[in-house]
Amino acid sequence: MSKELISGAEALMRSLIHEGVDTIFGYPGGAIMPVYDALHDHQDKIKHILVRHEQGATHAAQGYARVSGKTGVALVTSGPAATNAITGIADAMIDSTPMVVIIGQVGAALLGTDAFQETDVVSITQPITKWSYQVRNAEDLPGAIARAFYIAREGRPGPVVIDFAKNAQIAKLEYSYKKCTFIRSFVPVPDVEPWSIEAAAALINSAKKPFALIGQGVILANAEKELNAFLEKADIPAGWTLLGSSAMPTEHRLNKGMLGMHGNIGPNIKTNECDVLIAIGMRFDDRVTSDLNTYAKQARVIHFDIDPAEINKNVKAEVAVLGDAKQTLELVTEKLNAAKHTEWIDSFTEYEQTEQEKVIEPELNPTSHEISMGEVIRKVSEATENKAVLVTDVGQNQMMASRYFKFTQSRSMVTSGGLGTMGFGLPAAIGAKIGAPDRTVCLFTGDGGMQMTIQELGTILQEGTGVKMIILNNNFLGMVRQWQELFFNDRYSETHMKNPDFIMIAQAYGIKGRSVSQREDLDGAIAEMLSDDQPYLLEVKVETKGMVYPMIPTGASISNILLGDK
Amino acid sequence: MELFTIIVFSENQPGLLSQVSNIFTRRQINIESLTVSASSIEGIHKYTITVFSTKDMVDKVVKQIEKRVDVVKAYFYTDEEVIYQEIALYKVATNIIVDHVEVENLVRKYNARFLEINRDYAVLELTGHTEDTQLFFEELKQYGVMQFVRSGRIAITKSSKELLSNFLEKRAEKAD
Repeated sequence: MSKELISGAEALMRSLIHEGVDTIFGYPGGAIMPVYDALHDHQDKIKHILVRHEQGATHAAQGYARVSGKTGVALVTSGPAATNAITGIADAMIDSTPMVVIIGQVGAALLGTDAFQETDVVSITQPITKWSYQVRNAEDLPGAIARAFYIAREGRPGPVVIDFAKNAQIAKLEYSYKKCTFIRSFVPVPDVEPWSIEAAAALINSAKKPFALIGQGVILANAEKELNAFLEKADIPAGWTLLGSSAMPTEHRLNKGMLGMHGNIGPNIKTNECDVLIAIGMRFDDRVTSDLNTYAKQARVIHFDIDPAEINKNVKAEVAVLGDAKQTLELVTEKLNAAKHTEWIDSFTEYEQTEQEKVIEPELNPTSHEISMGEVIRKVSEATENKAVLVTDVGQNQMMASRYFKFTQSRSMVTSGGLGTMGFGLPAAIGAKIGAPDRTVCLFTGDGGMQMTIQELGTILQEGTGVKMIILNNNFLGMVRQWQELFFNDRYSETHMKNPDFIMIAQAYGIKGRSVSQREDLDGAIAEMLSDDQPYLLEVKVETKGMVYPMIPTGASISNILLGDK
Repeated sequence: MELFTIIVFSENQPGLLSQVSNIFTRRQINIESLTVSASSIEGIHKYTITVFSTKDMVDKVVKQIEKRVDVVKAYFYTDEEVIYQEIALYKVATNIIVDHVEVENLVRKYNARFLEINRDYAVLELTGHTEDTQLFFEELKQYGVMQFVRSGRIAITKSSKELLSNFLEKRAEKAD
């Protein structure tokens, strides 16, 4: 008996269901219409979230992936839709977010003719994807989708693009689906080399002042438990990167705070004092290391990573422990001596006290009548019992949020780290709420970033997604303004923003909201915002010239930390 | 800076060349020569790329190349570690060969061979290292060279172990 013939579009739907996809973020258009037509028959299994811009689809898929641990899926049409999706694809690449983006393409016969809404998607996306592939024949579709999901999620995750020609969406095929579990040329997780485990353990056992740097790799490997056991057995203090935040609870005894440009003083200074530096699933980004010529020169470096290309890329490692962090951390921990490094850990205290006195206290309890960004963030964090998912946009709001929000569980931070994409926050928060519907999702954004993707309020209107949006409005592009103040002689070139009435805009989208400018109104507004599951927009008019401190100027040594004169 | 030979083994997938060359572009490394061909293993294509770089940098670039999904393996070598050749073609007017006995002597000296000769022009071929083919060109130039072209390098390792075969055997075991 011959097999049933189905269209390429229908085959895509069945393939997505095989891969466990239940949510797609997308926007229809001409070259993807057969797929949308097929989607109509599968609404019971696949929920489609109609965003308002293709960039929003990709960021929402990122937010969804980051909190749920699943692969995010975006579906868009050809040409401008594809190019609109590029920012989110690039963002997912640099932040290692598993995502499959399916893009409609003109019919194969029109390829290369500058046809209406044709772009060379594969060429454009190859440098910003793990894999980018064009499906020109319907029978290639199931295999391509199977490979796409395998590549996107396995090893170091990342985005994959499937460029789906319209003729292949319509043409019939005999459908069968087999999940991809092996690609000869793709080694997602390198084999663990036993000598590296021995060498790492020996080096850590010999350390007097070990210090660990925690990156997102820990979260991606689901290795939080193993990390905790590793740190506690050998009594190793740890700092974390922006994307590594929430891998360990904020209040953990060994958690010494955030690394990098706006990180805490202690972990930055101590990076240049430790004798053994243990990097786990982090990539020594320049925002963390600043000047490489003065970075951790005294330390013997151990680098745990799943990606061999990260080893020695920026910082030379004496021992590279390749593999999945969940496995390698456990193997090394077995060989560690139980140790105490009390004196070393206590040596962080003086920096913590200095930062508390000079930066944190003035930020959280300002003497000025103006509301500070930090106090809003800390209040929201505490009002959610530090259990919320934090989503940020990019800029001062992001740095303040990462500094003052507290975490009690993993996968609680969604932010655009590597690409620094303004406009990321709102759609990512929508995706995060859909990925973790039982958790409170709090977005902190600035007035600038909010307006970059403000049209996604329409998605909230349609879906009723209960995100809590907090705009820290200082009527400035705050981080650029901060740099202008510090490094461009207060020349505020094009950073002042005249803003719309955000609450009226929210109302127009059927979203409740409130604007606060007085400190005494803040607690009540936060309580009102969190009181039910509905979406809510809270605008807080914060101090106009707030600064994020500490700050290590670009390219400076991490010991040259500015504390400001708060 | 040193000349390195990078050998990339890949699946036979369209579009891979630009992915590989983009990795050099991002790092501002100029490709000196590039040759793509089939390899001795069915379905596996081989890129031979030469670049001037530092060992540290070429190591990073090779790791980036190997990250591409359809790249099977990538290695880099110094000149001492490979046997390599290039081919050069030279077109000269036939009359210079007739009029100048020195040209015929040059052909003999360099062991070049005639690929074609007709009333108007002759095409000579020489294989060797860049210095050899370039030197022949320089000497021939005084008599007039109508066209000259040199291929990219092709190279074979001196190692008796075939690293790619070991890798593919291991992968085949995992696939089973």
